[in-house]
Amino acid sequence: MTTTAPLPPLPSRPPSGCPFDPPEGLARLRLEEPLSKVALDDGGWAWLATRYTDVRAILGDVRFSSDTSAAGYPVSGMTGGSPRPGATRGFIRMDPPEHTRLRRMVTRDFMVKRVEALRPILQRLTDELCDAMERTDRSERPVDLVQALALPLPSLAISLLLGVPYEDHDTFQRLTGTLLSRDLTEEQREPARNELLAYIDQLVGAKKADPGDDIISRLVTEQYARDELTHEDLVAFAVLLLVAGHETTANMIGLSALSLMLDQETAGRLREDPSLIRGAVEELLRFHSIIRNGPRRAALADVEVGGQLIRRGEGVIVAVPSANRDEDTFPDAGRLDITRPNAQHHVAFGYGIHQCLGQALARAELQVVISTLLRRFPGMRPAVPVEEIPFRTDMVIYGCHALPVTW
Amino acid sequence: MQITIDEAKCCGAGQCVLVAPDVFDQRDEDGIVVLLNAAPDAGLHAAVREAATICPAAAIQVRE
Repeated sequence: MTTTAPLPPLPSRPPSGCPFDPPEGLARLRLEEPLSKVALDDGGWAWLATRYTDVRAILGDVRFSSDTSAAGYPVSGMTGGSPRPGATRGFIRMDPPEHTRLRRMVTRDFMVKRVEALRPILQRLTDELCDAMERTDRSERPVDLVQALALPLPSLAISLLLGVPYEDHDTFQRLTGTLLSRDLTEEQREPARNELLAYIDQLVGAKKADPGDDIISRLVTEQYARDELTHEDLVAFAVLLLVAGHETTANMIGLSALSLMLDQETAGRLREDPSLIRGAVEELLRFHSIIRNGPRRAALADVEVGGQLIRRGEGVIVAVPSANRDEDTFPDAGRLDITRPNAQHHVAFGYGIHQCLGQALARAELQVVISTLLRRFPGMRPAVPVEEIPFRTDMVIYGCHALPVTW
Repeated sequence: MQITIDEAKCCGAGQCVLVAPDVFDQRDEDGIVVLLNAAPDAGLHAAVREAATICPAAAIQVRE
């Protein structure tokens, strides 16, 4: 009889250490065992890919399925937003041709020129949020930058695009927060998922009765009316876009602001030369890599990746934060370098056919917010020592729960 | 340089438009890539190569 040592769990972030570094252990795996086996909560296991080239190879290969019901899909283990097989799912949980068909229904809404046309609106929303911050009396400071700016801006923007009443933001922010909390079990998340589905279901019903000028209304009056989309798919669509548009950009804004407050030399360069903002945002996306332990795939065939055979029916977890800190691709990867020539090669938005649909919007929001903050609040600084900032070690999307600032 | 694109593969991420806006655009109806210039001048070659490198769906082929 042979006995094997138990597999290690997915690397997670220690409570101490630099808050901007990826979970401990990823760097060692990348060097020594770039495709390693990790234990899942349900007793199963999955491959963990940590090298940039392997991560791109896996995400760029449609033989790796995104369908959570595919054999071997690593559903358990801090999956956060992953629904159980069979649950209502958005197109990020689908493979072609279904994925292609559904994604293309909304691709135009997030294409570069549409987003560029939104830029003045993003600037106005940002200016209004900054005006409100500026009006706070000294006695009201510190201000929580997450609540004052980082969360409201993407929330306002995606609400506007989808036609979700912003007055309801307390509800959907609370629900999406619960859905993305990895300290909770699937069972504990279930009520929040049902409540969000019910909320969107009711909203879709309202749009059917009285369509407006927004994405959900257009899906109702065109794709749904032409029987290209079921009511259930339409609801899943709206939930996906609403959730994806929130926590992601919000946490990138918070972390970006914090890292620049702590690196005044870089902040100064960016303030002096605003044209550096595009490259700076790419580098901030690479450096922070807010997706923890994801995305995930299931092998539909035997595929060799980086010299390792991954067999059909085996699961794969792709460590985006590790790939984006791979020294072979990004020399001196642990340093924030806003003029890094290949920063935009990052996989912070994923890679392959599932690469973030909202990436142009996220980029525009980050460019506008960071430039505006640097210009309007040059003296902004964290109001507490970094060790006292509540980092989101408990969430699928990394960031700060709160970021108290003063100026 | 000769560029070809595979519309069927394109997932509309739009990075090519950001990197080489004189060569690539997105179709208004569905956001799928549109090739504006299949044989661009030498000054645009580096940007086109970069667009092909970062295209997540490998929808851009470049022959030099």
